[in-house]
Formats: sequence, C-alpha cells, structure tokens
Amino acid sequence: MYIIRRFILLITTILLVSIITFGVFQILPGDPVQTMLGTEADPTQIENLRSELGLNRPLYEQYTDWVKGLLTGELGNSIRFSMPVKDLLFDRLPVTMSLAGLTLVIVLLISLPLGMFAARRQNKFSDMSLSTVTQVGMAIPSFWLGMILILYVGLQFSFFKISGYIPWTQSVAGALSTLVLPALTIAIPQIAVNFRYVRTSILEQVQLDYVRTIRSKGMSEQNVMYKHVLKNSMIPILTVFGLIMAEVVAGTIIVEQVFSLPGVGQLLITAISNRDFPLVQGIVMYITVAVVMINFMVDILYSVLDPRIRLR
Amino acid sequence: MKHIQRYMKNINLIIGLLVIVGFLIIMIISFFYTPHDVNSMNIPQKLRSPSSDYLFGTDEFGRDIFSRIMKGTQTAFAVGLLTVFIGTIFGILIGGIAGYVGGWIDEIFMRMMDALMAFPGIILALMLVAVFGPGIVNTAIALGIIAIPAIARITRGGFVQHRDTEYVLAAKLIGVKPYSIMFRHILPNISSQIIVAATVTFATAMLAEAALSYLGLGVQPPNPSWGRMLKDSQAYLVGAPWYTYAPGGAITVLVLGLYMLSNALRDFMDPRSKA
Repeated sequence: MYIIRRFILLITTILLVSIITFGVFQILPGDPVQTMLGTEADPTQIENLRSELGLNRPLYEQYTDWVKGLLTGELGNSIRFSMPVKDLLFDRLPVTMSLAGLTLVIVLLISLPLGMFAARRQNKFSDMSLSTVTQVGMAIPSFWLGMILILYVGLQFSFFKISGYIPWTQSVAGALSTLVLPALTIAIPQIAVNFRYVRTSILEQVQLDYVRTIRSKGMSEQNVMYKHVLKNSMIPILTVFGLIMAEVVAGTIIVEQVFSLPGVGQLLITAISNRDFPLVQGIVMYITVAVVMINFMVDILYSVLDPRIRLR
Repeated sequence: MKHIQRYMKNINLIIGLLVIVGFLIIMIISFFYTPHDVNSMNIPQKLRSPSSDYLFGTDEFGRDIFSRIMKGTQTAFAVGLLTVFIGTIFGILIGGIAGYVGGWIDEIFMRMMDALMAFPGIILALMLVAVFGPGIVNTAIALGIIAIPAIARITRGGFVQHRDTEYVLAAKLIGVKPYSIMFRHILPNISSQIIVAATVTFATAMLAEAALSYLGLGVQPPNPSWGRMLKDSQAYLVGAPWYTYAPGGAITVLVLGLYMLSNALRDFMDPRSKA
C-alpha cells in the first residue's frame, strides 16, 4: 500500500514538474525564432521556422508532444547547436556523473566517521570545535571554495589539472587529476551538513531503551556502538542521502564552471546564455526527474529497512 | 557541561547579531561615503596589493575593492530582503490557506509545493533567471519563488495544528471572520517558526545570489555584487589573491552570521527543540 501511494505521488510530482518546466517558458518575453534569425529576418522565413519548430500550434498540443518526446527520449533539436538535445546531453553526462559519483564517495567516507567520532565525544571540546568548523563549511560559497582549492592545492601540486576533463577510459589517473578537486569542492559543504545528521542520529539512538538494556547486560561499549547503534542510526541517515544527492547535482552545475569541466552544468549555462530553450527545458527536466527518482528509491528502501514508516 | 552549552547558544546570538548589525552599518555608510569612488577606473593603480590607501587592494581596473565590498552590501541585502519578503508573503498565504481550509485545496496547494521543491534549488533558479532575465529584482523574484515551498510547509503545519484548538473554535463561535482568525489569531502563534525559516532563507538567498552572479546570470554590472567580483577575481588568482579574499570572506562571514542567528533564534523561540 505504502509503495503504491508513494508511486502515485511520484507520478504526480513528475507531471507537475513537467508542467512547470514547460509552462515557465510560455511567459517568456521575446520570441525565440526572432532571436535565432536576428531582427532583420524576413517574415516568411520566420513563419517557416516557426512551423518547423511547431511553435504555431496550440499550447496543449505542444505540451503533449514535448511530454511524448520526454518519454521516448526525443527532445527535439537544440536551437544553438542544431543537434538533438539527447545527443548533446549524452555527450556531457559521463563528466557530470563521474563528478557526482566521486563527490558522494568523498562525502560518505568523511562524514560517517566524523559524525561517529563527534557523537562519542558529545559536548567535549573536539565535538564542539567540529560543530563550529562545519558551520563555517556550510557558509562558504562552493565556487569560492573551488577557487581557494585551485590556489592552494591545484597550483601547488603538478598532479592536479585545474581545468578540462580527461575521460576515465583514457586514463584513470588523468580522470582523477581533473575530478578530485571539483569533487572536494562540492563535498565539503555536504560533509558539513551530513556530519550533523550522523551525529544527531547516533545521539538519538544512544538514548533509547534498548541501548540501556544491552549496556546493563554487560556488552562492551565497542559492540554497543558497532553492532547495534550504528546499524540503527544509519536508517534515518538514508533519507538525508536523497537530499544530499540533489545538492550534489546542483553543486556540479556551478563547480563545473569553476574548473571548466565540459559537463551538463556547462551545457546548461551555455544554453541559458544563448536563450536555447529546448535545451534548457530538456536539461532541467532530466536532472529533476533523476533527482525525484533517486528520492523515490530512497523512500522505498527506507520503508523496506524500517517497516514502521509504512504505517505513517 | 550544561552551562557551556547555554554559553555557546548565547555566543551564537551575540556573534550572529554583531555580524549582521556590522554589515548593516557598513551598508548605511556606503550610501553616503566610500573611501574611493566605486566605479571610477584608475588603470595605473590596477591590481595593487592591500595598503593603507587601498585596504583590500585594487581590482583589474584599479578600482578600490574595499569600496566595492561596501557597496556590495547594498546588493546583498536588497536581494536577500526582497527574496525573504516574496518567500514569506506567498509562503504564509499558500501554507495558511492550505492548512486552515484543508481538503482538496490543501492537497492541490501542497502537491504544487512538492513539485517546486522537487527541483534542485539552483536548477530552478537558473531556469527562472533564463525566463525573467538577469538583474537584482529578477534574481530576487526567482529566489523568492524558490523560497515559497519551505515557508508554506512550515506555515501549513502550524495551521493544521492550531485550527481545531479551543481558542480558534471560540473565535469562530463569536463570529470572527476567517481571514481574521487565520492572520490575527493563528499566525502570531506560529510566527517564531516562520521567523527562524526566514532567517535561513535570507542566508541561502545570499549564497544563491552570489552563485548566480558568479555564473554571470544574476546581478549585472555596474551594480557591485560579491559573486560577480569573485568571478572577475578568478582570472587573477595567482597574481592578486587578495582580490578573491575580500568578496569571498564577506559572503562567508555574513552567511555564517545569519546561520548563527537562526540557530540561536530556534533555541530561544522553541524550547522544545532543546530536548
């Protein structure tokens, strides 16, 4: 029942997201066809291109066509690049996915141990100072952090490339040399956020009755922590994972600019600067649907791991 | 350990307030006075390192960075305040009606809010800016729209909690009009949660404005924007690192101050969260 309810919610959300993404561009001032052809274009030429792009048909037809395109992966042609949106997107996707993947790995590898450490030292000096440091981590704009990393790490060590991308297939070390710094840039604020969740989640578990029971039965503190508390406190952290995914995806958009990575983010910025609306719509829609789907899967996984959630 | 925690909370409040009041004073001064003219170029003085004359150095056109940082507070506060204004007004209206009326209206309003929240924030901001075009007001409108769902959810939660209480029932029985019940009776009771959310919105709006301006899609020259300054400074990272410190530091300190203030407010206004 829970899964069906969540699924209906997923479909409504995606439907509404598509209506917003489509609708927003209808209130746009300026005519895309005029922009493409310039102000001195011949009116018949404008009319021809307009019908070619389907811009002269009723709105709901344009919308249903666009949704059909989304479902089949045919999103029409980019105005700026005269190429299918799909091809442009798939060219750039590996860069962004590698960056997002590496970022997630870094976030988890650092924030989990850090959160455990702080929780075990609750209110001690090291816990307090970690909390302060992470607050600063949340306040730094990510692109500025990237610039600082370029200045103090990227330019100091010849291993790192501070702009451009080398595919994994070409060289793993090469790919890492281009991706580690941008991934760190996105990861640091997320580590700060996730660290707090891990810490709180563990502290909430430690207060529960079962922990008191196993402690009073004489279980070693080590076992209490690793065999019981940690396992249970990971479940609430799972929900945060979806949120972090969205933040990481959003982070790639900006940080790709800092490190001149030819990813989806760079494509989106180019598309916006060129008023290339089919491309903007396509990118926004696919990224958002990806994030929504990840959140859906996280929710389902959560309900499997913690069946109590299904009753809510 | 208890007193250390309480002390920490006061520290949050004190530092947060000091930072914000400090920037507010700088902003007010910047209307009347800046050490150098904000926009006049002085090429022979370009990319000078910090000195007593140029406190934070000069940029690639020889403009005084300190003066531009001062002027940039105007942009930061303008975008931040306008964003919070749009976000809270519409958030309270939508959330309030959804929570108070309930039923289908609630369902429709909140599904719309869910859909808005489904977009990663910066993606929605970029899409809206692509439509509205750049500029201070357009940036604030875009960021304000993004801020609506969070405020609406909090408001709705509060209204749902309060709508069946005795004091609301009593008000209904003596014939108080619905809008009056909503905004004169219920709203003040949940205002503390909304104020905390608005403070956080202020901070995230500043970060988002800086990001959009960095991408060249937010505040446009000649309005000095910290994000824009960061973008310009990137080309001179090696030769003139001070150029990047001033705007980056300004954003970080102000956002940190707002976060600290919101943490302190949350603890003061909602004693239950201490548990």
